[in-house]
Amino acid sequence: MKRELVCVSCPIGCALSVELSEDGKEVLSVSGNTCKRGDKYAKDECTNPVRMLTSTMKVNGGNHPVIPVKTSAPIPKGMMFKCMEAINNEVVDAPIKIGEVLISNVCDTGVDIVATNEM
Amino acid sequence: MLKYDLVVIGGGPAGMAAALKAKECGVKKIIILERAETLGGILEQCIHTGFGLHYFGEELSGPEYAARFIELVKETDIVVKVDTMVTEIRTGNTVIATNKSDGLLEISATAIVLAMGCRERPRGALDIPGSRASGIMTAGTAQKYVNIDGYMPGKKIVILGSGDIGLIMARRMTLEGAKVEMVCELMPYSGGLTRNIVQCLEDLGIPLKLSCTVIKTHGIERLEGVTIANVDENRRPIPGTEQFVECDTLLLSVGLIPENELTRMAGIIIDPVTNGAVVDENRQTNRPGVFACGNVLQVHDLVDYVTLESQIAGEGAAKYILSKNRRRTFRYVQTKAGKGVRYVVPQNISVDTDDDVKLYFRVCDVYRNAKVTVKSADKVIYSKKKPKLCPGEMEYVVVKKDDIASLDKRELVVSAEV
Repeated sequence: MKRELVCVSCPIGCALSVELSEDGKEVLSVSGNTCKRGDKYAKDECTNPVRMLTSTMKVNGGNHPVIPVKTSAPIPKGMMFKCMEAINNEVVDAPIKIGEVLISNVCDTGVDIVATNEM
Repeated sequence: MLKYDLVVIGGGPAGMAAALKAKECGVKKIIILERAETLGGILEQCIHTGFGLHYFGEELSGPEYAARFIELVKETDIVVKVDTMVTEIRTGNTVIATNKSDGLLEISATAIVLAMGCRERPRGALDIPGSRASGIMTAGTAQKYVNIDGYMPGKKIVILGSGDIGLIMARRMTLEGAKVEMVCELMPYSGGLTRNIVQCLEDLGIPLKLSCTVIKTHGIERLEGVTIANVDENRRPIPGTEQFVECDTLLLSVGLIPENELTRMAGIIIDPVTNGAVVDENRQTNRPGVFACGNVLQVHDLVDYVTLESQIAGEGAAKYILSKNRRRTFRYVQTKAGKGVRYVVPQNISVDTDDDVKLYFRVCDVYRNAKVTVKSADKVIYSKKKPKLCPGEMEYVVVKKDDIASLDKRELVVSAEV
């Protein structure tokens, strides 16, 4: 199996070609990269792609109706919409401090949803 | 009349960094005047992460990046007036401002830092035929609606322009349940960061249509759709490629314009390419004691660079305020954009500059394996191969002060040649 990727580690944006095992779970080889970071990016992206998720959460008693939030660490790419649902089902009360945990262990990812502003 | 050593116009990342640096350098009375209700500027609505990688070595969201500086400002005796609009800079560096509690303010300043930022190019600047249906807005306006006001401005979206704000909003709207039909880009390449193309479009299966633009909007009360068309190498629509796309919202991410009304009114010389002031290595304009930094000087892609540039301006303003002899030498080396380069900032460098100078520039097109050179007459001051250069990413080269002092011709030309 083959996968084509564009490396996002730096602005050069190397076109990466990744050779995967039959089941697609193992990276056999990476080509097209011009540095080591490309190799790591390709392996991570093919075996366990993760993303930081940022959104807003409804808030009671704040100076705005929503407060910005983020995941405390990157989450599996496939969990983004499920975590969005969890965030959108929640309403929090002001005052809130920056960095405060608003949902702990969101969708069993082991990652928290934290406030990225005060309100 | 109020008296301050330094008046900073704008309390975004540029204004805060300049004020803090000036304070650190020993300036006593500093005031920041901010139009919005809080400090932080546009960062407050940029809730995505990716800020601070250069400056703090960690990945922060916009509000978090701003909060670091807001905290530092609070720890000082820098005076902050929010909800305050500056309307004029008069002769003798007097700043006229207005707000609800003070009414009209007249502030006499030894030095002024211009840090008003930029705004988005609006629909009116594009000449897209169509009625004034609701649902057509800039990407930044939609960003404010979603991230600050907490509501979605539409369900079916087309985005024109693939700058970073457009890409970020494509992902944001999708995550909140809207269907983003496509992002159209007039140019044959995207102006956004590769990372954003991958994570905001490819991750979510949103098509990016290059060399494509919106040629008509449909709908009277509410937007009902747009007609898109491919464009030729002269960016003119190609007849026969028109296609109707149903949508209720059109977001525009088609460039940023430095907000220089005050600057122009004050008689400060503007660079026709950057649309920002012409400045020297301290970011001082042609008007003594008036400095400029951040997006009002040149549109940046990274806030980290805004901070660094503003610290230069803050330090420059401090030097001006604290020195006894404020006469300027006016012995300048002029920087110029050579082949493949669109502009260079700063435009002037004092022959007797105190430090080495970073020349910031943008290239005209995407170049691979290009050689960046800095020349004066036929003398090569700097030369380096770069694997990739693109217009969307600001570049810089460092020129040594000794090299500047020893030039025969008072000119430095920055070029990028393949």
